Amino acid sequence: MTAPAKFVGRSVPRLEDRLLLLGQGRFAADINFPGQWTMRVVRSPVAHGKILSIDAHAALALPGVHAVWTHRDVAHLPPIPFRLTGLKTLEPYRQPVLANEFVRYVGEPVAVVFAENAYLAEDAADLIEVSVEERRATLLATEDPDLYEHPCEKLTTEASVLQKAYGDIDAAFRGAHAVVALELSIGRHSGVPLETRGAIARYDEARDVLELHGAAKVPHWNRDTLAQMLGRTRASVQLYEGHVGGGFGIRGEIYPEDVLVGAAALFFRKAIKWIEDRREHLIAANHSREQTHRVRAAIDAQGRILGIDDEFFHDNGAYMRTHAATVPDLAAAMLPGPYRVPAYRAVGHIRLTNKTPCGTYRAPGRYESTFVRERLLDAIATKVGVDKAEIRRRNLIGKSAMPYALGLDTLGTKIVYDSGDYSGLLDKALALADWQNLQQELHRRRQSGEKVGAGLAMFVEKSGLGPFDTVRIEVKSDGSVEVVTGVASIGQGVETAMAQICADALGVNYSDIKVIHGQTARIDKGMGAFASRVTVMCGEATRMAAAKLRDHLLLLAAELMQSKKDDLDIRDGQIVRLKSSSGPSMPLAELARQHPLTAEATFESSHMVYPYGVHIAVARVDADTGGVTVERYAIAYDVGRAVNPKLVEGQIAGGLAQGIGGALLEEFLYDDAGEPLSVTFADYLMPTAREVPELSILVTEDAPSPLNTLGLKGAGEGGANPVGAAIASAIDDALQCPGAITRLPVTPQRLKALLAVR
Amino acid sequence: MTDKTNITLTINGRTHAVAVEPRRTLADAIREDCGQTGTHIGCEHGVCGACTVLVDGEPVRSCLMFAVQANGKKIRTVEGLADGDTLHPMQQAFMDHHGLQCGFCTPGFLMLAVGVLEREPDMSDEDLLDVLSSNLCRCTGYQNIIKAVRAAAKEMRGK
Repeated sequence: MTAPAKFVGRSVPRLEDRLLLLGQGRFAADINFPGQWTMRVVRSPVAHGKILSIDAHAALALPGVHAVWTHRDVAHLPPIPFRLTGLKTLEPYRQPVLANEFVRYVGEPVAVVFAENAYLAEDAADLIEVSVEERRATLLATEDPDLYEHPCEKLTTEASVLQKAYGDIDAAFRGAHAVVALELSIGRHSGVPLETRGAIARYDEARDVLELHGAAKVPHWNRDTLAQMLGRTRASVQLYEGHVGGGFGIRGEIYPEDVLVGAAALFFRKAIKWIEDRREHLIAANHSREQTHRVRAAIDAQGRILGIDDEFFHDNGAYMRTHAATVPDLAAAMLPGPYRVPAYRAVGHIRLTNKTPCGTYRAPGRYESTFVRERLLDAIATKVGVDKAEIRRRNLIGKSAMPYALGLDTLGTKIVYDSGDYSGLLDKALALADWQNLQQELHRRRQSGEKVGAGLAMFVEKSGLGPFDTVRIEVKSDGSVEVVTGVASIGQGVETAMAQICADALGVNYSDIKVIHGQTARIDKGMGAFASRVTVMCGEATRMAAAKLRDHLLLLAAELMQSKKDDLDIRDGQIVRLKSSSGPSMPLAELARQHPLTAEATFESSHMVYPYGVHIAVARVDADTGGVTVERYAIAYDVGRAVNPKLVEGQIAGGLAQGIGGALLEEFLYDDAGEPLSVTFADYLMPTAREVPELSILVTEDAPSPLNTLGLKGAGEGGANPVGAAIASAIDDALQCPGAITRLPVTPQRLKALLAVR
Repeated sequence: MTDKTNITLTINGRTHAVAVEPRRTLADAIREDCGQTGTHIGCEHGVCGACTVLVDGEPVRSCLMFAVQANGKKIRTVEGLADGDTLHPMQQAFMDHHGLQCGFCTPGFLMLAVGVLEREPDMSDEDLLDVLSSNLCRCTGYQNIIKAVRAAAKEMRGK
């Protein structure tokens, strides 16, 4: 018998906060080793060309400059491999650690300088002359494919075409009452965490171990990959995660810089520190999102979807990085969303351009395809003359159809929506936003001349990607509890959430639990933190390990306390007697001094779990400036079971802000020659406290996942997923012009241009 | 360029005698020369505010000030906010209202809010929002930061 939950479901304060509030966090730039050298990257100044020469004489002549490396010095290192969705046809497009013969985007590493300190390293980098014979830059993924120059293979800029389909799509269109067709584009933006990237490598000769500090997200995969790339055994490379200043998909993937510091630490036998500056971050770390979709829906007379046919162009920038085809694959696989779509076909052109290479960004592929699908739903509503809520209700998958096999796969799993009451949540969201009265209020305001409107968007998220997570729990001799995991913390509160789950299953206070993450030396296997997987996968593994440990403790205690196991319980770190109140209880510390108290469990899962949500936006357009103000926002999100509701709400609110950025403000722009124009925070505009509206959040637990004991689903990405769609819908309404918004972000310039032609 | 100047930085009441190049930023001097790494560098061009410290009571972006300009001035950083084991009301409010996630921007927000409210304790909610919109946070979506600062402002007025 386990006591009722004391911690799971409660908004207890975070265990992480105190150190961070005191300024005692240990972020990458805070890590130093005696005698370390600083690495500075020399980056390509042009978007596309053939490298003629790299002259480092002047740099090397500076006192305090130790070495300069170009491709020749790292030619023995393989290109960076794929972590997810690695199609064979994409392999020739992998990024070399330093540019080999050709440069393909402004910002590509062509050389590195090693110097005494950061100021000197930057001086030296400025003195390195890179001479490039410029070539025409390919900047549009919608253009016909161009030649992709490669030392040994004949390639084009179309790296691959992916297809996903089910049902008879041609028959659906033949039998359609009407067809709705749209062309829609999503801009290029990215996670842009407040802490830039950083990597510090140190070779410990005594132990023959290469240490990499500043690790994040997927330390175990990165350990294995670095070991392979550098020709070392797994055990002789260890990664150490400190505090991490935001993840969002971009941070923690293996980048050229991570490999370079590792190789240099081994070669020079010096600690090598690299900290990215902001300009570098904006041109060298992963971009994301940029896609153009040409989508058609076949519908019946009531606006019910008979089939969706989508052709899209994914701009992956200059190389295929660790995510390979992940983003376009997810876009295609998740496009059908919460609706019954009897026939479906998606054809995705994965194209290379002379821009910064791409990876994932919070709700990867889904921010994009939700925008496409929900624009389509709005267009269908207009076509058949019903309102936005009604058209969705007509098409939603019913509760009784769960679990619902979509007939598509992604990330190596079949998509089966595990549970959900989509129309139930739509009702709750409409009530949350007071939809009926809102419509009347907005109508009145429009009558008096304001351009204001409401938008609605629905979505299904995915979370809890397997295949496994392992957790080991130990009660220490002082009675404290240590939970060792193979996941990572990117600021989302993993220590608190895991401690809450462990506390309930074991019978201790959550604040007596220390959660270890991101340390490859502490646990041999781990999957890390991505795809909203941690709470689901590691949460269940933690519960399993804690339950196992509890059994073990009670067995040992029963003997010592001359009682039966079933007559004992663990409460607040004490082993107590359930039946006779007379006997003394025993602190866990006492038991731990007599026996090793440890248990390990692995949770395996071959299916993801699928949270779902509804966003409602109210937006006002200023016709003079083209500016859009998001006045109010409501989100209903079903996460199955919320371990810590306040943290879930925090994830949702943070996602919304990033979603607003992508909808209205953020965009990596390039000039005609491929020169990036968004290289500072004055050009790449992220929302401030002024742009993010007050938010009503309703976290529901209507559809616990049947795939894990607690019913958990991930909460990391639902705040961001449909924001572009909801705001576009609200702007359409504000302008009283259905379908006006076809492109994100809706910048003032674009909106003014749109208003001018109307 | 590399000639160094001797200066004294007074950080949280403690003096640090350091020799710095004229071009060295105050942020780098605080972090690297004085070892106070609670002040974070987010953009190095004065937009994000992660490096905000108080110089003679005024919130300053320490990435935009040279260390030599702060010679002899009183600098306060996040490390100086708590009173022993007791968090400053602003720190406590950030914890109570979940005003931080990754915590990287947090020291800058704390120093900005404390600096402004010490100078102007009765600042209106609207003006406070204006002040807070001068720093960037990428995790929280700001609402909980705004709630925390308003709650702390009340607490600070009460003392």
